[in-house]
Amino acid sequence: MSTFDIILQQLINGLLIGSFYSLVALGYSMVYGIIMLLNFAHGDIYMAGAFVAFVMLAVVSPVLGAGWLGIVAAMIASMFLVGLLGVFIQRVAYRPMLGAPRLSILITAIGVSLVLYNSVMAITDGEFQAFTTDLGFAGVDVGSVHITYTQIILVVATAILMISLNWFISKTMYGKAMRAIALDKDACRLMGINVNKIIALTFFVGSSLAAAAGTMAGVYYGSIHFFMGFVIGLKAFTAAVIGGIGSIPGAMIGGLVLGLLEAAGTQLPFIGSEWKDVFAFGLLILLLVFRPTGILGKTEIERM
Amino acid sequence: MSDIVLALKDVETYYGKIHALRGINIEVKKGQIVTLLGSNGAGKSTTLKTISNLVQASSGTVEFFGKDITNVQPYDIVEMGLIHVPEGRRIFRDLTVEENLELGSYTLKDDKERKNRMDHVFEMFPILEERKKQDGGTLSGGEQQMLAIGRAMMVKPKLLLLDEPSMGLAPIIVQDIMKIIRRLNSEGTTILLVEQNAKMALKLAHYGYVLETGSIAMEGDGSQLREDETIIKAYLGS
Ligand SMILES: Nc1ncnc2c1ncn2[C@@H]1O[C@H](COP(=O)(O)OP(=O)(O)O)[C@@H](O)[C@H]1O
Ligand SMILES: [Mg+2]
Repeated sequence: MSTFDIILQQLINGLLIGSFYSLVALGYSMVYGIIMLLNFAHGDIYMAGAFVAFVMLAVVSPVLGAGWLGIVAAMIASMFLVGLLGVFIQRVAYRPMLGAPRLSILITAIGVSLVLYNSVMAITDGEFQAFTTDLGFAGVDVGSVHITYTQIILVVATAILMISLNWFISKTMYGKAMRAIALDKDACRLMGINVNKIIALTFFVGSSLAAAAGTMAGVYYGSIHFFMGFVIGLKAFTAAVIGGIGSIPGAMIGGLVLGLLEAAGTQLPFIGSEWKDVFAFGLLILLLVFRPTGILGKTEIERM
Repeated sequence: MSDIVLALKDVETYYGKIHALRGINIEVKKGQIVTLLGSNGAGKSTTLKTISNLVQASSGTVEFFGKDITNVQPYDIVEMGLIHVPEGRRIFRDLTVEENLELGSYTLKDDKERKNRMDHVFEMFPILEERKKQDGGTLSGGEQQMLAIGRAMMVKPKLLLLDEPSMGLAPIIVQDIMKIIRRLNSEGTTILLVEQNAKMALKLAHYGYVLETGSIAMEGDGSQLREDETIIKAYLGS
């Protein structure tokens, strides 16, 4: 492989994994922006998204097949159902805690995480599930690098989701209300905004995006597991902090930066790819030393 | 009866153990400017927050056009046409002037009507139109107050609660704000004006109340209060 081929290959790997990080980081960042909660159950929402899509694909594939048509249908169903799951969790677990000390609600989030992944572990006996699709390995060759259509479509799908989210946040009344609530809840109430409803909507959108990422990860890796949300949850949280927690474009950029750094880290000379996380996180810590609020963060981050 | 827009009856409000309102009675008639005076900590803001239900009264009732709104959610109160412009203006600093105004009309579904109302606000405050793409936080104090009032006008309020609109503004800007309040009133908006600047408030008000540590200490017509010895001593001193 030429140097160019290696760079291209890692660029694609980094973009893909970074896309997943970004989609999950968005939910972290939106929820933090609006109620200052580090929702540690968010990685498990991603995992739930993969499992719901897995079930939905089994339901729709007899009619729609297990190609893109069936996958898109399963993904949309998963986004909707897991969005509702997020709203439900917010309603029963977080809303009653909003007046409580920040640490209590954080512990509630960890509890929710335990409930989610233990439930899925019980249902699946802790086994990997094969996420079987009819997508082949067809694609385009650039030099010695083979880029599958699946990879291209997943990156494009992520881009579409992010552009839609940006439009939603910046142009619609609900999006403006979300940004306003992050700034001043009482002022929002005085404007006729039902703050609880907008918080619920934020959980819906954030959870839907995580479900989309979970579905895509299932499609891409071909198998899913109850613990798949753990590491990505931590990484997406990191991505959100890198981008500037609370900032939506920041979460998008943070995820991609982390994904690309990790991909670059697999090519470290002499020490090998097991060090990719050390490499990526080392650089990120360095970034935070010089920019504690992250790439696009505005306000000083509170210590937890 | 129908000309009474707002009536507070024996309203009491607590913050935990702090007894902020100790049974107050206030009436605002249609078309009037009524002012609520009092020194710092008297309970003026608490009165407005109790009306808009940001804080809950522990006893007593708040009636808006004869309807009991004591337990109505703040966002539903807005929909009834009662708008509260809070102390310190509370504009959304990271949102543009235009977005701030749009959010003022959050309860409105009709985009064309929203546009009309925004044009009306811009006609009243041309400076806001010039700055509509700027973040709210970049405006001067006077401009922010105009934005806060403009944002309230986006819902065509029947009753407007203004909490210290003159706070922290230069005297010349206070003059502008007075003109705006008078104009809004002449266009049909009933106003409950909270002020520490009694001189300004009594120039505008048809009727006034003086609040002292959570109770109404005095009330009367604007002209009457302007002449009152104790008021002159306590609030119009210098
Ligand atoms: N959020 C709050 N929590 C506890 N006490 C409060 C709160 N807000 C106001 N108070 C108290 O209630 C009293 C009335 O305050 P406020 O209505 O803000 O007065 P004013 O607007 O006339 O200056 C004061 O003693 C104040 O310290
Ligand atoms: Mg006050």
